[in-house]
Amino acid sequence: MSQTKTKDHAALAGAFIKDEERVNWHDGALWYIREKRDLAVKQIPEWEQLREAASMIKSNVISNLHQYLLQFEDNLKKNGIIVHWADSAEEHNEIVYAILKAKEINQMVKSKSMLTEECHLNEYLEERGIEVINSDLGEYIQQIDNEPPSHIVLPCIHKRKEEIGELFHEHLGTEKGLSDPTLLTRVARKHLRNIFLTRRAALTGVNFAVAETGEYVVCTNEGNADMGAHLSEVQIASMGLEKLIPQKKHLGVFLRLLARSATGQPITIYSSHYKKPRKGQEMHLILVDAGRTRQLGRKDFRDSLKCIKCGSCMNTCPVYRKSGGLSYHNTISGPIGAILAPNLDMKRHADLPFASTLCGSCSNVCPVKINIHDQLYKWRQVIVKEGYAANTKTLGMKTMAWTLSSPANFRKAGKAGRWFLQNIPFVVNNPFNPWYRQRDMPEGPKESFAEWFVKNEIKKQ
Amino acid sequence: MTTREKILEAVLKNQPEATALPDTSMFKGTGNDLVQKYMDIFKTIGGPCFLADTIDSVKTLINEKFDLSKRIVTTLPELSDRFELISGTVDPHSYNDIEVAIIKAHFSVAENGAVWLTEEVMGQRIIPYICQHLAVIVYAESIVPTLHEAYEKIGTGDYGFGGFIGGPSKTADIEQALVLGAHGPLTMTVFIIN
Repeated sequence: MSQTKTKDHAALAGAFIKDEERVNWHDGALWYIREKRDLAVKQIPEWEQLREAASMIKSNVISNLHQYLLQFEDNLKKNGIIVHWADSAEEHNEIVYAILKAKEINQMVKSKSMLTEECHLNEYLEERGIEVINSDLGEYIQQIDNEPPSHIVLPCIHKRKEEIGELFHEHLGTEKGLSDPTLLTRVARKHLRNIFLTRRAALTGVNFAVAETGEYVVCTNEGNADMGAHLSEVQIASMGLEKLIPQKKHLGVFLRLLARSATGQPITIYSSHYKKPRKGQEMHLILVDAGRTRQLGRKDFRDSLKCIKCGSCMNTCPVYRKSGGLSYHNTISGPIGAILAPNLDMKRHADLPFASTLCGSCSNVCPVKINIHDQLYKWRQVIVKEGYAANTKTLGMKTMAWTLSSPANFRKAGKAGRWFLQNIPFVVNNPFNPWYRQRDMPEGPKESFAEWFVKNEIKKQ
Repeated sequence: MTTREKILEAVLKNQPEATALPDTSMFKGTGNDLVQKYMDIFKTIGGPCFLADTIDSVKTLINEKFDLSKRIVTTLPELSDRFELISGTVDPHSYNDIEVAIIKAHFSVAENGAVWLTEEVMGQRIIPYICQHLAVIVYAESIVPTLHEAYEKIGTGDYGFGGFIGGPSKTADIEQALVLGAHGPLTMTVFIIN
C-alpha cells in the first residue's frame, strides 16, 4: 500500500501476464461482466437517453458546484449532520482522527470507500493506534493481504479462490485447502458480524449526495454499509465534492444506470438514503477536495469528475483485462483511473495515459458519457509537453517525427529497415527491442510498395 | 481563510460557465402487468415471491416457510398475536438474534424488484439488514413501473433514513461466484397482497 512507485504500468503488467492461466481467467471474468451489462442495458429502450440525461445533469453539477455545495451544506445542517471540509487527504484523515479521539474510540468499521483508500486513511489511523476493518468482502480480503483494491467494484478480482482460501487459513483459522466461495463467505460473515456488533464508529463512502434535501445515498450488495452505520454511535461519511447531484428525482436516472453498468444487475441490493442521525447517534460528513477543484479548472479533463464509479470502463478495457488493476499503481485503476491520476501527481502517473490502445470502448460504455479515450490522448500530449514522458517514448517520437517529416527520410528509413530484417534480423529480433518481446518480427519484404508501384504500374502506362 | 472558504473560492474560480439541467419528465414506465413484471424480476434476483389475498393468507405462508421456533419480529400490528412487535427504543444490537423480520413496504418497483422502506416501517433502521431472513409485504396496487415513478411518490421525503432493498444480501467477490447472504439476510421473501 506504499505511496512509492517502483515500477511503471508496463513493467507491472509484464509481471502480471507471466501467469497465462490467471490472465486468461481475469480477462474472461471481466468480459463476462461486460456481457452481463450489455444484456441488462438492452432491457431499457431509453438507455441512450438516460446516459445523455445523466451526463447533462453532471455537467450542470460541475458548472454550478459552488451553489450546490452551499445548498447541500445548509440542508445537511438542518438535518442535524455535522459538516467538515477537507482540502487534502491529510486534512481528511486528521478530521476522522479528531472525531474518533473526541469519543475515545479506537476501533472503526469501514464500508467500501475509494476516497479513503486514496487518502490512505487506514494507515494513518493505525499509526495513531486506531484499528480499521474494511467490511466489504473483497476489500477485507485485500486488507488482510496488505494490498490495495485492484478494481473499484470487484476489489480482489485478480485473486484466485485458492489464494483467498490460503489467506483465510492464515487469518481466520479455516481449514487448509478450503477454497469454496460459499463456505469462505460464511466464515467472513460470521467474523465480520462480530465486528459490526462491537464497533462504536462506522465510516462509509457516498455514491450520490442530494443538494436539494441534504441526504446521501450509499449503494452496496452486501449490506455492510448498513450493518456498520445502524449499529454505530458515530457515523462518518467521506465524499469527494463531485458526488453531488441537484435534486432527489435525479436519483431515478443515476440508480437506473449505476448497477446495470457495473454488474448487469437492475439495482444494487441496497440503496440506502441517509438523511438524519438516529436518536442518540452522531453523524458527520466530510467534503473532500484533494485535487478535485484543480481538475475542475482543467478544461479538457474536468468531465472526468462526472464519474459515478461503476467500473464498466475497466471491465471492457482490453489493456485493463490483461494487465490487472494493480499494474496501474493508483487507487482508481483502468481507463478512468488513468485520466484521474495525472491530475493528482503528473510525474508519478505519467505512464498511465499510455496504458491504453485508445480503442474507445471505455467511452462507449460510460453511463455518464465521459470522453475517456479523448482525455487519455490529451493527457499524453500534456505529459510529453511537461517533460514527464519516458525517455524511450520521447526518443521514439523524435525518430518518428524525423522519418515522417520528409519523403526522402521515409524512403531511407524504409530501405534501412528492410535491409536489417533481411540481412541481420537479430539486430531487431532481440530482447533489447521492447516491440519484439511479445511479437515475432515479420520477414523483410524485398521492396516497398512505392518501389513495386514504380516497377509495375507506371511502366504499364 | 478557513478550508471551507478556500475550497469554495477554488470551486467558484474553476467551475465552467453554467449549463442547464435536462428535462427528465419523459422518463416513465408503462403501467401494464406490474404485479407479474415485479414477480418475474424478483425471482431472477434470487428471492421467492408469493401472491396472497389477505394478510391471513400471508400468516399461513409464513407458518409454512419459516422456523417458528426462532425469534420472529414484525412491525405489523395485524401479526402481533403471533410475533414480537419491534420496539423503536431498545438498543439495536439486541436484534442480533432475529431469524425473521416481517415488515411492510411503502411500495415496490416492477423494473428492478426493489421495495421502498423508511425507518418508520422498519421499526428500527437495523432490522431489515440484521435479520437472517427478511419478509416484506407489499400491496399490489402500490407497485410502480420504474424508479422515476418511485421518486415521484417519495417526493423530498420526510424521513431520517430510507432505503431500497432489492433481494437477499449478496457478494460475488470470490472469483465472481454468486453467494447469497453476505452480511445481511440470507433470503428475502416478498408477499404481494392482491
